[in-house]
Amino acid sequence: MDYDFNFAAVWRNFDLLLSGLGLGLVLALVSIAIGCVIGLFTAFGMLSKHRLLRWAAHGYVSAIRNTPILVLILFTFFALPQLGLRLGKIESFIVTLAVYSGAYLTEVFRSGLVALPPGLREAGLTIGLTELGTKVRITIPIMFRNVLPALGNNFISLFKDTSLAAAIAVPELTFHARKINVETFRVIETWLVASLMYVFACAIIAALLRRVERHLAIPG
Amino acid sequence: MSVPVLEITNLHKRFGDVEVLKGIDLTMQRGDVVSLIGSSGSGKTTLLRCVNLLEDYEEGIVAVAGEQIGYRQQNGRRVRLREREIARQRAMTGMTFQHFNLFPHMSAIRNVMLGLVRTRKMPKDEAYATAETWLDRVGMKDRKDHFPGQLSGGQQQRVAIARAIAMNPELMLFDEVTSALDPELVSEVLAVVKGLAADGMTMLLVTHEMQFAHDVSDRVVFMQDGRIGEEGPPDTLFHNPKSERLAAFLKSSKF
Ligand SMILES: Nc1ncnc2c1ncn2[C@@H]1O[C@H](COP(=O)(O)OP(=O)(O)OP(=O)(O)O)[C@@H](O)[C@H]1O
Ligand SMILES: [Mg+2]
Repeated sequence: MDYDFNFAAVWRNFDLLLSGLGLGLVLALVSIAIGCVIGLFTAFGMLSKHRLLRWAAHGYVSAIRNTPILVLILFTFFALPQLGLRLGKIESFIVTLAVYSGAYLTEVFRSGLVALPPGLREAGLTIGLTELGTKVRITIPIMFRNVLPALGNNFISLFKDTSLAAAIAVPELTFHARKINVETFRVIETWLVASLMYVFACAIIAALLRRVERHLAIPG
Repeated sequence: MSVPVLEITNLHKRFGDVEVLKGIDLTMQRGDVVSLIGSSGSGKTTLLRCVNLLEDYEEGIVAVAGEQIGYRQQNGRRVRLREREIARQRAMTGMTFQHFNLFPHMSAIRNVMLGLVRTRKMPKDEAYATAETWLDRVGMKDRKDHFPGQLSGGQQQRVAIARAIAMNPELMLFDEVTSALDPELVSEVLAVVKGLAADGMTMLLVTHEMQFAHDVSDRVVFMQDGRIGEEGPPDTLFHNPKSERLAAFLKSSKF
């Protein structure tokens, strides 16, 4: 087989691919930030002594985890407007990804919380902190550091999931690659470059996360 | 007589169907040092934990400085206090734990400062100075920037003592301060506790170190199946035990 590689058409559109990559990163970052908040509340819900809260938290997590993410994306974008909730495609995608990651992060945070020795909370209470105070000052900061590697993995897989936003025409990397592919017929070159961009971006994110982990690690 | 620092009246505590404390009465005046001894499972830890409401209690009254801990009476019924009230009451007592429970993500001095800043509302610089004074007092000033993971067990326990005592509590509760420590680290911690006792701190302590209990206490309380079996000055209790049970216990503790 001999094939003449010609990347000229791809390079000409490289700035589009780059901007798509940037958008994907922003989408992942914003979504995981919101997802962290959702996940934290839901994790506490799961560990609550109120049955209704536990019930709601479990319901949310299993509903989301048992639905394909593409279906969630399409549902939010096409079905919610029918119910009167109109969102732009980017907002719609962020909502989906935040709710999606929230369900996975719930599990991360929940296991992080139950792994903490109960004595930490009690020590917080003995110096006069309230239950909320001990969560904010003690349990959450320690748990957060402990689950940072898992959080990083979630972020990377979430970043890759942003490629699914192409399905609702959010102009991220995959969307632009598909467009370039259709316009230039440089199929191999386009998808090769797009793939490598994902790979490099993930490698850089992973390296950055390791630095953050080292920086935040508890000494001793 | 002034208001007792601790007054426990007919305290009952159940875990499910099991009654672990079966009517405890105990009064401590300012400056008293009382040791709780007794075999494993007799309820010593549970008694301490009821005093600062780490455990709820079903019946009886625990009062610190004249204030009932955790509950108030309303139309003859017991009503649990609100969260904020309970937090304030907990800060009236200081407690150390068998396993230290220092906050691992904070340096020694931050551990001591947290309660001062958040609960006592001290300005940061004043809290820092206070924390430093207490760390100095327990011999840990030169390690004030170390994290718990970088300290030995004995050092961690001394920081934990500083963290509790810096809050200036009415009453200190010590639960087996040395039982998780290697033998060579025991004396450094006991020396700190003895020093605090000599300063007039009111202390209720659970210990398996009989010699220490003998030396430091004004009174010793022998717990037995959730009740107070025997109580008295250390010399009387250790040298003239009234009951078979206490005599056997002392023998088994190699006193
Ligand atoms: N959270 C709990 N749930 C159920 N039972 C408990 C709980 N905590 C303690 N107990 C039981 O209460 C009894 C008293 O326990 P406690 O820890 O007060 O004993 P102790 O005198 O401190 O013993 P040790 O010398 O071993 O520390 C024991 O039978 C114990 O099994
Ligand atoms: Mg105990």
